[in-house]
Formats: sequence, structure tokens, C-alpha cells
Amino acid sequence: MLKLNVNGRNHQVDVEPEMPLLWVLRDHLNLPGTKYSCGEGLCGSCTVHLDGKAVRSCTLPVSAAVGKRVVTIEGLSRDGLHRIQEAWIEHEVPQCGYCQPGMIMSAAVLLEKNPQPSDADIDAVMTNLCRCGTYTRVKLAIHAAAKVAAKPAVAKPAAAKKA
Amino acid sequence: MTLNVNRREFLKVSAAAGGAFMLEFSFPCAAQAARANHTIHAAKDVAVTELTEINAWVVIHPDDQVVVRIARSEMGQGTFTALAQLVAEELDCDWGKVSAEFASPNEHIRRNRIWGSMSTGGSQGVRSSQDYVRKAGASARIMLLEAAALRWQVPVAECTVERGVITHGPSKRRLSYGQVAADAAKLQPPKEVRLRDAKDWKIAGKPLHRLDIPDKVRGKPVFGADVALPGMLHAAIAQCPVFGGKVKSLDASVAEKMRGVKKIVREPGYVAVIADNWWRAQQALKQLKIEWDNGEYGKASDETIAAMLRAGLDAQDLPQPRKLGDVDAAFAAAAKVIEAEYQSPYLNHATMEPQTCTAWFKPDGFLEVWTSTQDGEASLLAAANAAGLPPEKVEVHKMMLGGGFGRRGGPQDFVRQGVAIARAMPGVPVKLMWSREEDMQHGFYRPASLVRMKAALDKDGKLLALHSRIACPSILAVLMPGALKNGIDFSAVRTFSDLPYQIPNQQVDYALRNGHVPVGYWRAPGQQNGFYRECFIDELAHAAGQDPLDYRLALLAANDKNRLVLEAVAQAAAWRSPLPSDVHRGLAVVEGFGSYAAMVAEVSVSAKGELKVLRIVLAIDSGYVVNPDTCRAQAESNVAFGLSSMLYQQNTVKEGRIVESNFHDFPLIGMSEMPRVEVVFANTGGFWGGHGEPGILPLVPAVCNAIFAATGKRVRSLPLSQQDLRKI
Repeated sequence: MLKLNVNGRNHQVDVEPEMPLLWVLRDHLNLPGTKYSCGEGLCGSCTVHLDGKAVRSCTLPVSAAVGKRVVTIEGLSRDGLHRIQEAWIEHEVPQCGYCQPGMIMSAAVLLEKNPQPSDADIDAVMTNLCRCGTYTRVKLAIHAAAKVAAKPAVAKPAAAKKA
Repeated sequence: MTLNVNRREFLKVSAAAGGAFMLEFSFPCAAQAARANHTIHAAKDVAVTELTEINAWVVIHPDDQVVVRIARSEMGQGTFTALAQLVAEELDCDWGKVSAEFASPNEHIRRNRIWGSMSTGGSQGVRSSQDYVRKAGASARIMLLEAAALRWQVPVAECTVERGVITHGPSKRRLSYGQVAADAAKLQPPKEVRLRDAKDWKIAGKPLHRLDIPDKVRGKPVFGADVALPGMLHAAIAQCPVFGGKVKSLDASVAEKMRGVKKIVREPGYVAVIADNWWRAQQALKQLKIEWDNGEYGKASDETIAAMLRAGLDAQDLPQPRKLGDVDAAFAAAAKVIEAEYQSPYLNHATMEPQTCTAWFKPDGFLEVWTSTQDGEASLLAAANAAGLPPEKVEVHKMMLGGGFGRRGGPQDFVRQGVAIARAMPGVPVKLMWSREEDMQHGFYRPASLVRMKAALDKDGKLLALHSRIACPSILAVLMPGALKNGIDFSAVRTFSDLPYQIPNQQVDYALRNGHVPVGYWRAPGQQNGFYRECFIDELAHAAGQDPLDYRLALLAANDKNRLVLEAVAQAAAWRSPLPSDVHRGLAVVEGFGSYAAMVAEVSVSAKGELKVLRIVLAIDSGYVVNPDTCRAQAESNVAFGLSSMLYQQNTVKEGRIVESNFHDFPLIGMSEMPRVEVVFANTGGFWGGHGEPGILPLVPAVCNAIFAATGKRVRSLPLSQQDLRKI
């Protein structure tokens, strides 16, 4: 039995220590928001937070997550309205959406470490791949989320409709 | 605004957990379910029984919530929202109360294909269903108005509606849609309806937020890969690496003893492992000792495929999809002949979500399937066929697609496999998911092709004739052989066979040459012909010493929509203005998928030959635009998709198999390579064109023509990563 802390909850899982964290999340803990796409750490669709760092869970053995805090897209915010998720909705970032949980998790760590990133900073950190080509909007939404954070804390209205 | 697909899936799953027959929950409407002779478990979900179906497209709740049924699939292109906008526009309801859900393929079959086509390809989602979905919205509005008039006993002409609230003018009485929906459903639909003029649109034509995005950013389980059912098992698959090959022998003695493994399934062309989680299935798959019978194609290679295409180019007596004037006479009289050959490689779709299908043979003889499909009806028929069941005994739950691009439409190979594998575990749902490697090596690839173009010019440089020979595999021959007429496949010859340029003598010869590599519809099928034609036209303009824009405009008729988008893009990109010395432009125009698309690309090429695509300007005339923001997103998407292919991608063949296996050898562009994309909607109205694909048509030639402007080098084969782009 391995002990895991995922999205603030403790779990015990009876799995091989070498099983990648991705499959424990998806097939054992019923957290399918973290996606499989390449299985080789090439695309970032499986990005989760491990003690606040963005990691690719498809190549991370579950044993490496023991004793650490794992956060998935399902646990990024309690109501699903993290400022990044709001910016993603406002700027209509996803197309098919499959890579977007990974994009959002990477962006969350980027903004945590670098609250006002430049375009070059974003290019350097956001190495996630998207087949639909949402890159322009990912960048736009990261800048928008950075601006929200820069403002003094006020009650946030729900994402407004454009029309 | 929520995505109803989740609620429905939840209902189905919870019903399954309780052991109830699940089919009734495919019917969001009580009357409809009763007609189909299924009992309603009212206690399961009261709302389910209170919905009223006004017609197949429009369902209204008592609290005025409107559910629009969507027959086409959603793979990121925005059709799910755009069709809901069109229905809501004519229905005249409150957009804030609109949600959408997929129409049930099973119900579709049993109701005599009531939703029309479920196929989602060719940028058809909106343009081919706009007419009947708008009529459905308008028809429902009239029935709701009539129901209110009947209740008030007043002439319907005295009643008006705005945002779902009906008002009787003289008495100022009001009724909401939810209050009259049940009465309206009993009325006869009107024989004729008048649709609104686009200039009066209030919901359509606006950049409204997409309905599917909130769930997608929250990581909700909306994709085929996310399906989870009680007791579900997982399957991994190994297909014969050589297309058409078979399993010769199988030793599963190690694999079958591995942890979590439940069953090994051997089919003629593949072996699958069913286990209690996907990783375990995949680990066991690697321990199988499979000997393959590679069949007759074990020796096929890039060289044999190139030779096949080359022989096609040199063949005699080819079908001629286009013949105007007398090409031979024109070449005999020509003062100058310009000739060039261009070629393109095979390309995988590489959807981020690998192919997946969940199938469940239930004890009552019913088969339920969950899959990411571009055609729910085709999936249902494929599943029924693979299961040996009548279509009425099968349901397909359409999930959101993690990318489609043509891969998940015609072939349905993953559905047939999912069903065949689950049949080995009756009563247990089994989710098949392909590994990335299987997905890369078992696609239905964009055809590799080779084209020779020859132009005859008179002594003044005037273009007398264009003779094009195209050697290209036929997609129809693979997916719909019966549709192949006179040996001509439009997707292989388009852009030449429908050439808009006014050239007096034209001939197109088509050599249909299909190797063993399966070909399929890859975003804007035939788009490689845009690369060939528009780069060759650029060569001719250069030879004539003319500006590429002026050269094209001189060849286009005054009222040709290709001319209008060219003029629009030239203006938006300031074609005639000077650029910084290290920035260069290229231009292209191609029509297709109902729209006209012209593009200007701005690039720089370093002294080392490193290409940077800086800016793309697209002018597109699709007649109308239902959601401008989604259409802009599609332009961005076409640019990214086209650039990835042009810069990096090819699928090569060695010993009968595809060499590339994952994103390390089939790369996608990343964040830093995405250029600025600007879109001009140059809509002329009066026709409906698509947006999912037209944007890619001029992309490759516009960039290659810009590379020529920068370097003096003509790119005649792809990808660019294979080429030296240093300036001549």
C-alpha cells in the first residue's frame, strides 16, 4: 500500500511503485482530468503539481509522489474558478480542450513563481503541446490572469459574456 | 450555462449502478420515451419526465431552460455552440437559458434519421445543417406562440415574443416558453417558416462564449478517454505493424500471469490485453510474444512508394478531371515552357487524445458504446456490424473529441476493435485506449503525392496553358470505394480541377495510385494541392517579372470571390507597403469547403537558414459567420496545424511499417513558434462556407512563397526541417 496525498485528501493505493502517477490518478482515484497523450513526457497533457512544482505524471513513478502533495486540475481550486481558469474561459482558450488541464497546471506554477511573466518567460516555461493551436490564447490568458493577481484583492465577478 | 452531456452521462451511470435498464435515459423527453415503449423510472430524475420536446432539436423545461440537441460532433471547432446559436436565434429565447446536448444516435436510427447527417467533417457542421436547424428553431417559436394564443383565445397575430416571453399586445398578458411548452408540443408544426435575415441576428453572428469550455477548463470528464463505469476494465492493443498483416502466432504465457490481467484477446490483425488498469494492460502487452505474418507489404518502403507515384506521373491514358481548350496545341506554340515537380509526405492526424472506445455488452442484449467520434451514426453502424446486432440494439454515447481532424470520421476502426474486445467480457464494460505509438503507426494518413505542373507562355509571358499531372492515393478508394467515379477522387485533384484562374487551355491528369498505407481525410483533404498550385503560380509570376498579387488578380474574373479575398488580404496586410529589410512576404489564395481563403505570410530567414514565421493575415469569405470568435480560433488552429506539418512532420515507411512513433519524431510546433494571426471576415453573403479547414489551404504556399522572397529558394517538397533554407 502506498500513501498518497492528492488534492488535500489522503489515499492508500495498492499499486506497483513503478506505475506512473498518471494511471493511479486516472484509473484508481477516478481523477481523469489529467490526460494521457504521449506517455513519454513530451507533450505535458499529464501535468500535475508535486509539492508546487509542475511535473509530467506519465513518466513519474507513483513512488516518487509518496510523502508529497499532489494537485490535479480537479483540485486546482475548490469551485473550478481559479483566476487562470477564469481567464481561460474569458479568452476562450480551449478548442478540443484535451491538452488544456496540462496547460492550466503549467500556467499556474509559472504565475506562482513569476507573477508578471514576459512573452519570452511564457515561451520558455510553457512547453506543453497543443494540436489545435491555442498558443496565442494561452499567452493572452496568462497575461490576463497575471493582471488579475496584480490588482488589489476584490470580489471577483463571474466571467462575463462577451456579447 | 452547463454542458448537458455530463448530466446525461451521470444519469446513465447512476441508473446502471442501480441495475435499471439504461436506455430510457437516452430520452430526455417523457413523451418520446413512451412512444418508444420504454418505461420511465420517474423517481430517478424528475426533471427528465418534465421536459417537453417541441421538435427533435428543441426541448424546453418548465423553468424556461432550453436544451438544443446537436447532431454533429464537437472536436474544438465550435459547432456545438454555433448550431445552438442558430436554433436559439430563430426560437427567440434567452441565450442565458440555453444549453446543448448531443442527439442520441440510437434514437436517430429509430426515428428515421430525424437529425439529418451526424457526420462532422469537411467543415460541414454549420454550413450543411444551418438550414434545417434554423427552421427547427423558427418552427418551435411559431408553435409556442400558437399555444399561447390558444390559451388566451386570441389571434396569434396579436402575440409577440422576445427572449422566450410571449406577450399578448392588446391585453399585455404574458406567458413564458416553459409555461406553454407542453401545449405547443401537441400542435402541428407550421408548413412553412420564414428565417431571419442575418442583419437582424441577435444571438447568431455574435462572439458568444462557447458552451463546452467551462467544463473543459475544470477537467470534467467529457472526453471518450475519460469514460468511467462501475466495474469497467481497460484494454491496450498491439496491431500488426505492417498494414494488412495478421497474427501468426501468440505466446501469452508470461503476460496472462501478470498483475491485473483479465484476458488476452486475439483477433486476426491485432492482440489486446484486458486488465484492471490501462498501464497494467500495456505492460502485459509488451510481454506478449507475437509473431506477425506481414503479408505482401513487408518490403514496402519510401522508395517503393516514391516509385509508385513516379510511375503514375509517367503513365499513359489517365482520367482527366479537367480539360479546357487544347493544351497540346498551346505547348506546341509556346515561346517558353516552365515546369516543376512538387511532393508531400504522408501525415498522421496525431489527435492529442489517442483513439478510444468503451463498449459494454449488457445482460439484456443491448450494447452501449462511448466514443470520441466525428459521426455518431457511423459509429453506431460500425458497432452494430462488429457485434452482429441490429442497430436498434446499440447506443453510442457521443463524447467530446480530443481532436478529430478527420481521423475519427470514416474509418471507425477503433469502434470495431472496442466492440470486438469487449465481446470477450460480456456484461463488463471495457475501455480500449490506443497508446500514442499505436496511434502514430496505425492512422489513415494524409496521402503522399507527387505532382508535375507545366505552363506554356507566349513571347510576352502571357500564360497560355497549364497542364498538371497528379499522382496521389485516393481516399475514397479506401473509405468509400463505391463513391469513386471514373477513377477520379475530387480530394486528390481539387484546386486544379476547379481552378479559378482564367487560363484558356487547361488539362489535369489524375493517376490514382494507392499503396498499402491507408489514407484518410486529414484536415482540408487535398490541401497539398494548394501548396503545389499557389507556389507554381508564384514561380510563373516571378518568371514574368510581375508582383504575385497583380499576377493573380490579372488571372481572376472580375466577380470571382477569390479576387475579393485577395484584395481584402492585400489591404489588411498592406501588401504594397515596404517591410523591414529582414522581413519578407508571400501570398496565396485557395477556395474550398465552401469558403474562399487568401493569406499573406510574413517571415524572416536568418543567415543560418532558420525560419521564423512572424505574422499571418487571413481574409476569408464564408458568406456568413455564426460565431466570429470561434471562427478566429479556427484560423489560429489552421495556422498552427499547417505550420507543424510544413516545418516538421512526415510519416515515412520502412519494411512496410510507419517509422515515426511519438512526438519526438513527429513534432508539433510549440508556444514560441506560433505567429501572430489576424483574420479579416470578407463576407459577401448569400452562401454558407466552412471555417474548420479553409484557413489551412493557403497557409503552406503563402509561407513557402515568403521563403522564396527571403532566400530565392523554392520549396517544392516538405517538411522544411529536411531543407537548407540559407539564402542563395
